[in-house]
Amino acid sequence: MKYDITYDKRVDGRKFDELRPIEAKVGVIPNADGSAFFKDGNTWAYAAVYGPRRLYPRSMQNPTEGILRCRYNMMPFSGMGDRVRPGPSRRAKEISMVTEKALAPVLDLNEFPNSVVDVFIELAQTDAGTRCAGINAAALALADAGLKMKDIPAAIAVGKVNNQYVVDLCYPEEAYEGIVVDMPVAMLPRTKDITLLQMDGQFELEDLKKLLEIVKKPIDRIHKIQVEALKNKFKNVKIADEVEE
Amino acid sequence: MGKVFVKHKDIVVPGELMAEGMDYVPASGTFREGEKIYANILGVAHLDGRVLKVVPVSGAYIPKVGDVVIGQIIDVMMSGWRVDFDSAYSGVLSVKDGTTSFIPRGADLTKYYDIGDYIVCKIINITSQKLVDLTMRGPGLRKIQGGTIIKVNHTKVPRIIGKGGSMINMIKELSGCKVTIGQNGFVWISGEPERELLVITTIRKIEEEALSSGLTERIKEFMEKSIKELESKQE
Repeated sequence: MKYDITYDKRVDGRKFDELRPIEAKVGVIPNADGSAFFKDGNTWAYAAVYGPRRLYPRSMQNPTEGILRCRYNMMPFSGMGDRVRPGPSRRAKEISMVTEKALAPVLDLNEFPNSVVDVFIELAQTDAGTRCAGINAAALALADAGLKMKDIPAAIAVGKVNNQYVVDLCYPEEAYEGIVVDMPVAMLPRTKDITLLQMDGQFELEDLKKLLEIVKKPIDRIHKIQVEALKNKFKNVKIADEVEE
Repeated sequence: MGKVFVKHKDIVVPGELMAEGMDYVPASGTFREGEKIYANILGVAHLDGRVLKVVPVSGAYIPKVGDVVIGQIIDVMMSGWRVDFDSAYSGVLSVKDGTTSFIPRGADLTKYYDIGDYIVCKIINITSQKLVDLTMRGPGLRKIQGGTIIKVNHTKVPRIIGKGGSMINMIKELSGCKVTIGQNGFVWISGEPERELLVITTIRKIEEEALSSGLTERIKEFMEKSIKELESKQE
């Protein structure tokens, strides 16, 4: 396949700092304690949160605080070509782990010793940026589950395609035949603390500094969409004076 | 002089700035960082003078001392019963607190409560590791027989009970059913089958509309209408 990327035009006609169309919705899975859907262009992520609940095997229990357990999974039909083999692959395990570490800093599970909060992330359709979409969905689902959080983490990929800084790479861009660097970042929007930083490719220290500056704007934008999604759940409710006695 | 950024009854999300200044006090569901107070849970902002708090709208049940809960016996042990009340932690009902009467040493505990039985019990003690002690000594605490048990989110329980029990008393009166609510979100309903179903529908309706105002009147209207329909069908 031949993609028509040059230095000055992106494959899907976006501006260099433009995100794909983003949608977020909270409460999409009624059986879960909290759930969310996050769509970034053609990457669709569902997240469901269960817990805090009892943790087995007992050897995994932590008597000082509850643990967070994430599972990232691409559905068999989610890829662009071959069927994705079900079950955790090496890649999926790694992404599950980094997702856990991206979300854990905001969560306060001190009140729940020996218990677990389970986060299931399912990708129904993928077009690069799955771990970021997964983190965004999972952050919403955790908030929806009524867990104590200091902030709602937001994630987005930034990168460099043939000497051009770009935001939110899609798959054709990631696979572009040229010098491509892809760097997913998760940040806490309020403090700008970084909770996930990975890089695929090679670039200079200067590029890293520049990209970490560039990423702040889209992170704020995503955070705004996340907050909106959470508030939209209660959009049509005229809140009573006393919701608690 | 401080400043507040949210209004009373606003929906707030984790990390949302609620107020600035040391003259405001963070209560449950909020935290202070420097001069600023942020929400740390999804819920409804509650402003009471200078005290800010957030009332959660979702979440799993965490046992609290003094709560009356409905639980299920899941195990019978040497000197007590293990009780599950749909939380991350289960409770232990010891023989000492098992009944109001005396249980002799070595008695067959399944005679009192067997695995699968539902009981209304009270939480008397919780340790730092969330080991829960239960009691059956107290008014209204008993084994449940017959009826239906449904589960609602525990954050909706105050609304089902209503101010000073107004909602629950109305439901009981109109339907003629016996209704018991556990703080963990289990509701036991007993009465005529049709009436039981009506109470279940009503409670589901309350759960759905728990945050909105004027709920008691709407529920009253709904129940009166449904009962009229029920009675005309029976005739």
